[in-house]
Amino acid sequence: MDITVNILLTIATAATPLLIAAIGELVVERSGVLNLGVEGMMIMGAVAGFGAGYLTGSPWIGLLAAIAMGAVFSLLFAVMTLSLATNQVATGLSLTLLGLGLSGMMGTGFVGQPGEKLPNLYIPVLTEIPVVGKLLFGQDPIFYISIALTAAVMWFLFKTRTGLTLRSIGDSHTSAHALGIKVIRYRYLAVMFGGACAGLAGGHLSLVYTPQWVENMSAGRGWIALALVVFASWRPWRVLAGAYIFGAVWIGQLHAQAFGIPVPSQLLSSLPYLATIVVLVLISRNKRLTMMNTPASLGQPFVPDR
Amino acid sequence: MKRLLIALMTTAAAMSLAASAQAADKLKACWVYTGPIGDFGYSYQHDQGRLDVEKALGDKVETAYLENVSEGPDADRAFERLAREGCKIIFGTSFGFMDPEVKVAKKFPKVMFEHATGYKTGDNLGIYNARFYEGRYILGQIAAKESKAGVAGYIVSFPIPEVVMGINSFMLGAQSINPNFKAKIVWVNSWFDPGKEADAAKALFDQGADIIVQHTDSTAALQVAEERKLKGFGQSSDMIKFAPKAQLTSIVDDWGPYYISRVQAALDGTWKPDNVWLGIKDGAVKMSAYTNMPDDVKAMAQATEKKIVEGWNPFTGPVAKQDGTPWLKDGEVADDGALLGMNFYVKGVDDKLPQ
Repeated sequence: MDITVNILLTIATAATPLLIAAIGELVVERSGVLNLGVEGMMIMGAVAGFGAGYLTGSPWIGLLAAIAMGAVFSLLFAVMTLSLATNQVATGLSLTLLGLGLSGMMGTGFVGQPGEKLPNLYIPVLTEIPVVGKLLFGQDPIFYISIALTAAVMWFLFKTRTGLTLRSIGDSHTSAHALGIKVIRYRYLAVMFGGACAGLAGGHLSLVYTPQWVENMSAGRGWIALALVVFASWRPWRVLAGAYIFGAVWIGQLHAQAFGIPVPSQLLSSLPYLATIVVLVLISRNKRLTMMNTPASLGQPFVPDR
Repeated sequence: MKRLLIALMTTAAAMSLAASAQAADKLKACWVYTGPIGDFGYSYQHDQGRLDVEKALGDKVETAYLENVSEGPDADRAFERLAREGCKIIFGTSFGFMDPEVKVAKKFPKVMFEHATGYKTGDNLGIYNARFYEGRYILGQIAAKESKAGVAGYIVSFPIPEVVMGINSFMLGAQSINPNFKAKIVWVNSWFDPGKEADAAKALFDQGADIIVQHTDSTAALQVAEERKLKGFGQSSDMIKFAPKAQLTSIVDDWGPYYISRVQAALDGTWKPDNVWLGIKDGAVKMSAYTNMPDDVKAMAQATEKKIVEGWNPFTGPVAKQDGTPWLKDGEVADDGALLGMNFYVKGVDDKLPQ
């Protein structure tokens, strides 16, 4: 029983940063903007989170710094693509490259220093309940934030008027503009929300997952988050499912290896990606549904006519 | 595309001309790393060696490096760029740079090349390596003494001879103490992914291992051991700060003395392609302080270390291969060629070697 609980806990830790970053990017893409800079914003969040936590001794301040850094860094992307209408794909890619380089430079002094770790939740009695106690009441705080965030985004996008407006901008920015909606302002906020989420995901890496700073520590997780958004056909609950499927296969293959299952390890290592592709193919078989969910003006620059 | 490439190459060439004209009086020594210098592991240690060169040879040299160079075709360009930029001696520090370096070395016969952990040489390409396996034998002995379950978790990167050699040496060391010792092996197919390394460590602990060994570069696995109040070994750097209660010892790479001697040789004009394999006795492989273990285990580790310094090789027979067929006869010592091309497990390893 213990091992099952431990495996589930490990899966949750592996899935949480993917989920948070993907949920943020989902909101960005629902507003019609494609930001490929998730990896860069994530790593900037990781270095800021570690740095602030290390310098102040408080991982909570680190967490806030990670969120703030993600949001501020995404502003760069917003100014370029929204105000100056640059190509979103190119700008997003350069944001990633810039983030990876800049974070390495900022983090030089933090290399080889043990950091602060966010403590796991502990509620007397509740956390001590066998099996479910640790799963429900004993995880790291960001895990709870990630679940709440998913629910909140789901509610916001599909149950509120502002959410509806945001989605309409993503589908047709010209129509939305004609209706008098402030397209650019909405998109600025969406991009910054996405940045804050990516920053938080980065903070999870350097404050919970592996409390340390090393260059490139995001190791491609931003790209996986981006893929998850498409995989989930822009639906929040599917992002949640996707992140956990990915996490489960990822952890599962490590356990399979430790257990000594005679399958080539290279194949096992590629399983999470294969599984994602297979599910993606299955989901996108229904063309109409996919079309309906895809933000129609995704990635197109918008210059309001005056 | 082609035109763009040509344009880029001519600009690069023009820029390198300018650079080499400026630095004509200094020798330019360059390094290529596969990881970031901030990994606090393998690439970090190589970069410490580069800094040692700067410190020791002062204004006679100028150094440069490229980090995060992926092993494969991308490496060709990295070496070529450095050669064009006026580097006189170039160190490629990862196994996967072998073929790119061989190729680029042929193109630039006047540049001195050195490649770490490989086995191909050339007229202007020397190789150097460190006998990490010596340290791994000691880790095996300590693990067998310290593990209550008799099972170690072993996190590994890629199935190259260097890594296989390490696993075998570790197992031989462990078996010398406890013949029934087991190691659970997990391949993460990456040199550097802290998250994945941590996950692998958790998986191994969950499956009953109580000591962790790694042949990957980050401190993540050791931090998991610290959190679970179990033990483990550091890698490349002394990682005691990350796991003050968990780290038993760490195999520390010290490339400084070697780099200084080679760059000095290049300055003197006495450089020749070399083939060296440095071990504990040369100071290239160091064991960090033996901590978190009882005195008798510490004494045993020190005794083995001394034995190795005096010339004993962990790969001394009798050793059988995994399937039970004999490999080394009683008292027979494996030659370096056999070690450098090692592609099989010794008896007692509980894993199938990925091909």
